[in-house]
Amino acid sequence: MINHDDYVKINIGPSHPAMHGTLRVVAYTDGETVVSADPEIGYLHRGVEKLGEHLSYHQFIPITDRLNYCSAICNNVSYEMAVEKLLGVSAPEKAQLVRIIMMELARIADHQVCVGILGVDLGAFTPFFYLIIQREEIYEIFEHYNGARLTNTFGRIGGVEADLPKDFEQRWKKLKEGIARANEETDKLLTHNRIWMDRTIGVTTFSAEDALAWGFTGPCLRACGVKRDLRKDEPYSVYDRFDFEVPVGKYGDVFDRYMVRMREMEESVKIIDQAFKLYKDMPADAPLMAKVPKTIKPPAGEVYSAIESPNGELGFFIKSDGSDKPYRIKIRPPCYMVYQAFPEMVKGEMIADLIACLSSLNVIAGELDR
Amino acid sequence: MSLKDQVQSCLGPLVVAVSECQGDLSVEVSRENIKAALSKLKEDPGLSFDFLSDLFGVDNSELYKKTAAKPAKKAEAETAPEEPPKPQEFPPRFEVIYLLLSLKTNKRLQVKVRVPEENPVVDSVVSLFKAATWPEREAYDMYGIRFNGHPDLRRLLMWEGFPAYPLRKDYPLEGRGEERHLIYD
Repeated sequence: MINHDDYVKINIGPSHPAMHGTLRVVAYTDGETVVSADPEIGYLHRGVEKLGEHLSYHQFIPITDRLNYCSAICNNVSYEMAVEKLLGVSAPEKAQLVRIIMMELARIADHQVCVGILGVDLGAFTPFFYLIIQREEIYEIFEHYNGARLTNTFGRIGGVEADLPKDFEQRWKKLKEGIARANEETDKLLTHNRIWMDRTIGVTTFSAEDALAWGFTGPCLRACGVKRDLRKDEPYSVYDRFDFEVPVGKYGDVFDRYMVRMREMEESVKIIDQAFKLYKDMPADAPLMAKVPKTIKPPAGEVYSAIESPNGELGFFIKSDGSDKPYRIKIRPPCYMVYQAFPEMVKGEMIADLIACLSSLNVIAGELDR
Repeated sequence: MSLKDQVQSCLGPLVVAVSECQGDLSVEVSRENIKAALSKLKEDPGLSFDFLSDLFGVDNSELYKKTAAKPAKKAEAETAPEEPPKPQEFPPRFEVIYLLLSLKTNKRLQVKVRVPEENPVVDSVVSLFKAATWPEREAYDMYGIRFNGHPDLRRLLMWEGFPAYPLRKDYPLEGRGEERHLIYD
């Protein structure tokens, strides 16, 4: 136990531009070196799980938008898949393809925001604009699909509401070029930049054993060198039909997390290309919804279903008592597990690296506090 | 050998009950044995459940009331009316569920313990899985379940000094009008 009187106490957040929403860290520092850092969470706690116990199964879908608001579609689909598992139905093939296309677009948007903000926090403002312009295009597609940009409330329990918009192919062609261009420009500006390398390489390295012990998933785990991706390891939906790589890092530092996210965007583009090809071959009147009753009353039981969201394993545990409302919903947010190791990660690092570490973990307060 | 048999042969007498729902296997063990059971599942070479995906509490009080209400009515009609109704005996109120994952076999398992309301204490598993640090704090915060041996059992999402456990079923959705008094130190 350290004697806190010997060190300078620095309070960062909850209202601070580098704290990504409403996070708060109380750090004790010796000069500029962090001796201990205690994250305090709960500033965005809205009682989503309690709320879920009082809403019907359909009514909970819009609530899931407010978890990881950078990729709301992944939350929606994860929840819908959990209810489908409880009901014992699965969405038709065409709906699965629409879901995958939308989820991968959301993944790209999420990674673009993460990389962009990481740059901003480290003083590189330009890549942010390159990436955000393309994210805007992705949001245009979402808006074109169901009218919402950020909180999409995408899909239904048992399928999706509509086919892809007619001009999707055209938009996707344009967007694909845009994403490639933005990634290339970001890569040129950052990857081999002396300042960027100095600020990220070797900063808050984390070993694979530690990462697994702390329950890391997603890009933060892959940056440590563990090749684990639910899309490959426990293929859900129709992910087993696509050919894509799982990029991994080696040292688990900020640079590896950045590189993994950059590479993952390219893989997502590949998946969308393949999925859209399959989608185009489907007959135009193929069903989009499985047979699901209007009032959903699943049999009593408890299931856990997880998908690979942009941040890692996003799971929903649903316990049903046979009524039209879930008895208990537990959300397993990926960045919750990652953020709890934060004190261990930043111990002995500089206080400016604390900010870099936080940005690279992509901690989203809405998902963290629920 | 199915996962169910493998788990049963690994845990042996520690298993209290086994259930399955839509392919999700769930094993109940008694409260005293949770640490032993999890470490057995972790060390077993065939199973190697070495990754704790999540941990959380469940309040079953309403569920028991609902299921108990139906047979009680039937019994009333059959038995003599002068017999005084016995006070209902429910199983322990809370559950703690551990979601385990094996990185080797990609299989998942739910491990469950029942925790009574009068003495809601479970052994902490932080020494086995560091990932349990915050989830245990959250279960304490939301249900008042205490974890024996946890290094830092404070409230996580609610503020220190919050007078209730909000995810318990008897806590109203709207809250009870608690106010946070900020203390600046």
